Parts: sequence; structure tokens; C-alpha cells
Amino acid sequence: MTAAIEIRDVEKRFGNVGIIHGLNLSVAQGERHAVIGPNGAGKSTTFNLISGHIAPTSGEIRLNGDLISGLRPFEINRRGLSRSFQVTNVFARMTVWENVRCAVLWATGHRYAFWKNVDDLPEVRQRTAKILDDIHLLHRRDVPAGLLTYAEQRELEIGITIAGGADVIMLDEPTAGMSHAETERAVALIRRLTEGRTLVIVEHDMSVVFGLADRISVLVYGRIIASGTPEEIRRDPKVKEAYLGEEAN
Amino acid sequence: MIDAAPPASELRPAGRSQSLKFYGIWVVAAIALVVLPMIFSSGGSLTSFSLIGISIIFALSYNILLGQTGLLSFGHAVYYGLGGFAVVHAMNAVAAHGWPVPLPFIPLFGGLGGLCFAAVIGWVMTKRAGTVFAMISLGIGELVASSSLILRSVFGGESGITTDRTALPHMFGWSFGPQIQVYYLIAFWVMIAAIAMYALTRTPFGRICNAVRDNPERVEFIGYDPHVVRYLSYCFAGLFAGIAGGLTAINFEIANSAYLGAVQSGLVLFATFIGGTAYFFGPVLGAILVTYLQLGLTSLTTVWQLYFGIIFIGIVMFAPGGIAGILMMHRPLIRAGTLGTVIPSYLLALLPTLVLVCGVILGIETTAHYTASQGEGNVINLLGIPFNATAPSTWIIAIVMIVGGFLVARSTWRRIAEAWDRAMTGARDQGYLA
Amino acid sequence: MLELIVISTLNGVLFGMLLFLLSSGLTVIFSMMGVLNFAHASFYMLGAFFGYQLTKWIGFWPALVLAPLLVGAVGMAVERYGLRNTHKHGHVAELLLTFGLAFAIEEIVSMIWGRSPMDYRVPDALDFSAFTVFGTNYPAFKIFMLAVSVLIFVVLLIVLKRTRVGLVVQAALTHPNMVAHLGHNVGRVFMLVFGVGAALAGVAGVIAGPALVTQSDMAGLLGPILFVVIVFGGLGSLPGAFIASLVIGLVQTFAVALNGSLASAFGPLDPSLGPSVISDVWNVTIAQIAPILPYVLLVLILIFRPMGLMGTRES
Repeated sequence: MTAAIEIRDVEKRFGNVGIIHGLNLSVAQGERHAVIGPNGAGKSTTFNLISGHIAPTSGEIRLNGDLISGLRPFEINRRGLSRSFQVTNVFARMTVWENVRCAVLWATGHRYAFWKNVDDLPEVRQRTAKILDDIHLLHRRDVPAGLLTYAEQRELEIGITIAGGADVIMLDEPTAGMSHAETERAVALIRRLTEGRTLVIVEHDMSVVFGLADRISVLVYGRIIASGTPEEIRRDPKVKEAYLGEEAN
Repeated sequence: MIDAAPPASELRPAGRSQSLKFYGIWVVAAIALVVLPMIFSSGGSLTSFSLIGISIIFALSYNILLGQTGLLSFGHAVYYGLGGFAVVHAMNAVAAHGWPVPLPFIPLFGGLGGLCFAAVIGWVMTKRAGTVFAMISLGIGELVASSSLILRSVFGGESGITTDRTALPHMFGWSFGPQIQVYYLIAFWVMIAAIAMYALTRTPFGRICNAVRDNPERVEFIGYDPHVVRYLSYCFAGLFAGIAGGLTAINFEIANSAYLGAVQSGLVLFATFIGGTAYFFGPVLGAILVTYLQLGLTSLTTVWQLYFGIIFIGIVMFAPGGIAGILMMHRPLIRAGTLGTVIPSYLLALLPTLVLVCGVILGIETTAHYTASQGEGNVINLLGIPFNATAPSTWIIAIVMIVGGFLVARSTWRRIAEAWDRAMTGARDQGYLA
Repeated sequence: MLELIVISTLNGVLFGMLLFLLSSGLTVIFSMMGVLNFAHASFYMLGAFFGYQLTKWIGFWPALVLAPLLVGAVGMAVERYGLRNTHKHGHVAELLLTFGLAFAIEEIVSMIWGRSPMDYRVPDALDFSAFTVFGTNYPAFKIFMLAVSVLIFVVLLIVLKRTRVGLVVQAALTHPNMVAHLGHNVGRVFMLVFGVGAALAGVAGVIAGPALVTQSDMAGLLGPILFVVIVFGGLGSLPGAFIASLVIGLVQTFAVALNGSLASAFGPLDPSLGPSVISDVWNVTIAQIAPILPYVLLVLILIFRPMGLMGTRES
């Protein structure tokens, strides 16, 4: 079976500064894959590379076997990859309902349609309602997204990401800044919503990572130094030295 | 603080009573358009209504860009003007060849003219958004305005191209010679265009425009190309601006290069922004106000454009939501019943603010008269009171009114802000956010 | 022909340097504050009118110093009381504020000085011909204009490279978001930069006033060209603004000097064809299309290099 995401020898340089050096990563279909690493290791850059936000300097990235490196974000999204952002990135002046509905429109085939009444599309309405129900924001549907609490905005962020029905979901620090109770709720939410899909997640909270992930990759200075099951990662001496060791001390 | 749930959260966005209310507004608008000339039947008011109707279409078309898609254009009059020229040429061709196209269909050619040019140039222009787009729109505006003076055979040079609207085939026995018939033609197109543009906001495309306005970066990650969205939005704006320009050409029976120019582009920006870009009806209010002021002030003062500039700067600085924004701010207060607590502070602020405004007007008029007349015929008539522009007393009165009015008014404005905060907190506690 | 080339090159470089006096301030303001100052050409106009009025009262040389200072003060007031309060509403609101200001300044100027051209004369001390090329007298005042713009250019370069404020400005040019992290005196730096930018535009106005036309529509005429310059050069790039200023200055000056048309090159069209778009295009002279050339350049750069000549930023 082809891997959901296959990254081969990807490099990214900004001017003379190399951020990513020879990155290799493979995420299997249906796998929950966490990318961890110290600050500045290039985790967000990796996300930006995969999702098309920035183009790699060299190397190739494949989604379900198709080459996607160099494509624009919307082209990659249309091929079934959707990502969230570390800094909340919603449509602030639009209501919660509109936020999620916009994310549903392309996937339901309505595209740039200017001849259909958007309120008159039953499948769009049902899907939007279902997602709002899933992320527990149905009761806030008419509130402008900019007025939500922080935790609610993070949930909306996840809602927008999964709304299009992509089979590969990438979440960039979904629980950052959340309280312990909110984090637990968010993890349960992520687990439920990504059932049967491929998940790539960047996360600092180790309890989230080890509780959620099937496999973990450790990124240090733009290179993957280890990749394996949570057990293997826990035992890996290189990881201990480079990352976990630091924390243990 | 803002956790309270809004009372209604049923799945259907619009209930039966809401849709009744919604259609009610449109029916009332249509009836108003029909009845207006029967109440104010003088030639002057008919002309005013016609011009206001046209500027409503024009401002609404501009808001497709500014309010819906977040594109600030300094050259929207290009499409208005090209629509006007398209219509004049279409009318002359119809009259010359005897084609069976009655006048009411002619504005379509204007829309087509605007749409075609937008479709050609728009793809390059909408590559960039934000400030760069604004600059480019200004440049293209200048390019077209200057080119129109070179291509004399199409644009008629300085004098423009004239036409005769009565030379076209009649419809329902109407020759469209009298202004009242032209008014009804314009009113008909105002309804059509306004309904079409409102419907556009309710489509998947319209909603994605809003998303591009709010956050173009994120739009790319939900499957949309913001460039395509901006381009389509630009084409629609061009289409409706062209219709507005076409109606102007029918109304005046002429199209000239002033239609395309920077002044026209500036006026539509003023009207739209003063009215308010966040609500569909905002540009309608703005178009009515700005056109009314323009028609009214030109006969009263030589510096009417300065007043526009000042009103515009005031709106940008203190009420960026425009008139519609100010009105809609009160909706949660009305719903929560806390509006009554704000009204007294408004009344209190009214007098000093009026004094300030009158002082500014007196100051401007005095300066204008002083410099323009150089010592002769320098008596200004303000609210029926004569002032002498060269007398020091006039200057002192103006300065006292401005300074004193400002100092007192500022304290009353603070009081409004405090009363407002209390009322809004009260409304929020009851769950009314907007 | 050689005469035309020499004179036009001189005039073109002069016009280009004037444009750069304006576009450099505009670029620095944009890079640091994210504001595209629509009223920048209005500061230029204010400079010309202040210069004219002060020259009448106290003579040209004091006016040359005082008028830019006054314009700079106006600019600082605009930043302090206008832009700073509008900042919270976003960059579009700031752009609109300066747009409204440009509009209001034009109206105020024409209210005070009227709409006809001012009698703003070259000062007597500079009213002679500097040299004669091919029988054409080249006025000393133009050489003086060129000298002033080059002097300011050099001073700016030194300030940018050698002083603390210059370093902050340079940092802002390359890392626009960094300035926000500089700490306590950001407000004052912004006000200063805005004031200096306005004052530079004022200098351009004072020295251009006698040579060009001092009239209340001069801002409206120059403003759009100025924006073409900075979009053409690449928004936020000083070298780009410099090159674009010279290119547009030269292109426009040469175009005005050339009288050729397609008709003069290939002979007149058959008159039986009558007036048409083709005959319009055929008969128009290069001098007549000079005003639209900057915009044609704008369209071309948008098609072939949307970032501008030296631009690196998306927007």
C-alpha cells in the first residue's frame, strides 16, 4: 500500500540558512503520526512544506503516491490533505456557522457557484451541522468567530480543518495554550474525528503525543533522528539524548 | 462574559417570520420607488431621484469589492465610464440600424462593457490584494482615463459622445423622453441590480468572497484559489458598475471622459465607506446621502468637496463601520431594552457638537470667502445670519465656537462612551451580541 | 538628435531624482509602518505652496529651510493624531485616512490659493543659464535642483548606513515585523520617520515649484505616478524605488521630447478610411502618450514580474 505521505530528501533553505536538511518521513494510511522535537527544530516548516504553504528547495513530497511538492495549497487541499494552524487562523468576522460552511463548500462540489442559494443546499447544511455538533459549537453557531473564547477558537480551527472531509489531517499544536481539562477534551475530540483517517500532529504536550500517536518521529535541527512506535521512541538513546533526556533533567 | 447562548439555534437559518420580514423589506423598497415621484413630482426632485438611484447601483457594485471581498479600488469609475460609453455606442447603433431593441434593455450593454473590460484586465490586477491592488487600481484608472482622451473616435475627446434616447424603438408606448419615464426605467434597474447583488452575497461564491476578505491565507487551505475568487468578484463589480454607468449615459444622453476619472472613483469610495461596508444596505444609505449632499451643497458653497473630505476622514477615524455600522451597533441594545440608558447622553452631546460643527463650517466659509473675494462681496449668510468675512469678529466667533464646542463636546462624548459601555454590558449579559 | 539626448537625459535624471525624493520617503514609511501614504504627493504640494508663500514674505533661501520644516510638522501631526488612532482599524483604514487627507489638502489649498497657477519664480541668484549645449541654455536653477536632490540622497545614504535610527530603518526594510518588538520608543520613531518623509516631499515641492507649475492639482497629477514608481520598483525596496524613479523620469522626459508618430514614420493613412481607433493610434505622437507611459510600464511589470523590479514581498 502506498504511504499517505512520503517525504524524500527534502531541503528548505531561506537565503543561506538551511532550516530543513534532507528530511525523510513516511506516514502510512490510517496512521496517527506525531512529529516532536525541540523548539526551532523545523516542525512548523515541515508542515508548511507538506501543505504547500512554502515550496521545498529540493526533494519530493508525495500524497497517496502523487507528487505534490511545488503545488499551491489549494491544489494540495483538493487532493485530500487538510491542515490546521498553530496560531488560530479562522475567519474572524464571519459566524461560527459560516466558518465551517465555507470549509464544506469545495468538497461538496459547489466551488465558485454564484447561481445557487447557499442556504438551500441540504447536504452542506447537514454536514455543517454535523461538524458543529462534533466540535461542540452548535450552540455558538451565530457568534462571530472573533468573539469566541480561545479554547472555542481552537476547536473551530479543528472543525474547519476536518470539514472538507480530507483523508489526511495535519494538526499543528492543537492543544497549545489549553488548560488540562480542555486538553483532555480536545484529545478525545481529535481521536474521534480522525477515526479512519491519517493524522499528522505536531505537539509539545508529551501526554497528548504518547496517548494519541501510533508512531512518532523526532525532528532535531531539520532532520528526523528517529521514527518508530511510542515504545521504540521512549527507548531510543538518541532521542533521550537529544530531546527527552533534556526534559528529564 | 460572552458565554451566554443566543436564544435561537434551530437548524434552518431563516424561519418563516424572518423570511416574511425579508421579502417585506424588498416589497416596501419597490413600492417606495414607485410612489416617490408621485409625492415629489417636481422636475428637480425627479432628476435627483434618478441620480440617487444610479449611485445606489454604483455604490453597491463597489461594495462587492470593498465590503464583500476586501479589495480597495481607487479606479472603479473605469467600469462605470466604459459602461456609459458602451451604452451610448449601442444606442447610436440601434438607432442607426433600426434594430428592434427598446431602451429598457440598453443598460445590459453597459453591464457587458464593464464586464468585458474587467474580465480582460482583472486577471492581472487581482494577482495581488491589499495595498498593491489599491495602487494598481489607481494606475489602471489613470491609464484608461488618459487613453480615453487619445482614442477620440471611441471616447469623443473632451466633449464626449452624445446620443438621443427617444430615437430608439418605444416600449409600452413610452418614448422615454420625459424625465419621469427615465426615472421609472432607472428605478426598475435599481431593483433588478440590487436584488441580483444581494442574491450574489447569498451564494457559495459570495460566502467565499467574505472568507477571502477575512483571511485569504486560510482560504487556500480549504480548497479555494483566492486569486480566482478576487477575479470573479472583480468581474461582477465591473458588470454592475457598467449598468450604473449605462443608466447615467441614458439619463444625460451623453458619455464623456469625466465618467471614467479619479473624481468619480473617489466619490463612489466615499459613498460606500460613509454608508458602511459591513452591511448590504450600507452603500445604499451612503449613495443617498452623498448624492443628496453633492446636489444640495454645490449650490450652497464653493468648497463642498472639502466637506466631503472632512466627513470621510471623520468616518474613517471615529466610525469605520460607517452609518450602517453606527445604526447596527444599536441593535443589541434595542433587543435587550437598554437603549433608553444611552439616549440622554446623546441629547446632552447634541448641542456642543452642533456648536462645534457650526464653528467649523463658519471657519471654512469665512476662509473661502476671504480668499476668493479679496475684499468685496464678502458677506456670508449662515443659517440666515449674515457674517462679514473680513471682520475680525467673525473669525473670533468661529474660533471660539470651534475651541469651546470641542472642549465641551469632548466631555459629552466621553459620557456617551461610558453610558454605551454600561448598556452594552447589560445587553451582553442577556446574550445579545449583535 | 544628440542635443535632444543630452538635454533630455539631464531633465530625465532631474525628474527622476525628484521622484526619488518622494518615493524614498514613501518606501521607508511603508516598510516601517505598513501604511501606504496616499497623501505623500500632497506634502509635496504643500511644500511648493509654503515655499511660494514664504518666498513672498521672507525670500527663497529662508523658505527653502522653513517650508520643509513646516511640512514635516504637518506630517508629524498627521501621524500623531490621525494614523496612530486609526491603526487599530487596520491598514485599509489607514490608507483610506491618507486618501481622505489628500482630498482635503487639495481642497484646502485651492480654497486658500485658488485653482490657477501661482507666480512662483526662480530666485534671482539662480536666474541665469549655467551652460550652453548645442545652442540651448541650460538654466542654473535646474542644476541647483539636481544638486539639492543628490545632496539629500547622499545625506540619506549616510544616515541609513551610519546612525542608530538608520539601522532601525534598515532593519525595518528587511524585517517589517521586527520594528514592533523594538520597545518603548516605537511611537516616536514612527512619528519622526513620517515627519522626515513629509519634509523630504516638502523639499521636493519647494525646489520643483518654480521650475514646474505650482497649482492645486499638482498633487493629483504626481501622486499616481509616484505609486507607479514604488509598485514598479517593488514595494518596500529602496534600491527598487531609486531605479524605478530614474526609469520613469527618463521615459517620461524622452517621450515628451519626441514628436514622432506612426504616421510620421510610415506615412499617413488613406484618408478615405475615416476616423477610427486605428487612425487615432496611427496619428498620436509619442509626446501625446507620454502621460500614459508610466501606467503602461505598470501593466507590463504586473504581467512579467508582479513583485516589482526589486520586490521580495507578496504585499
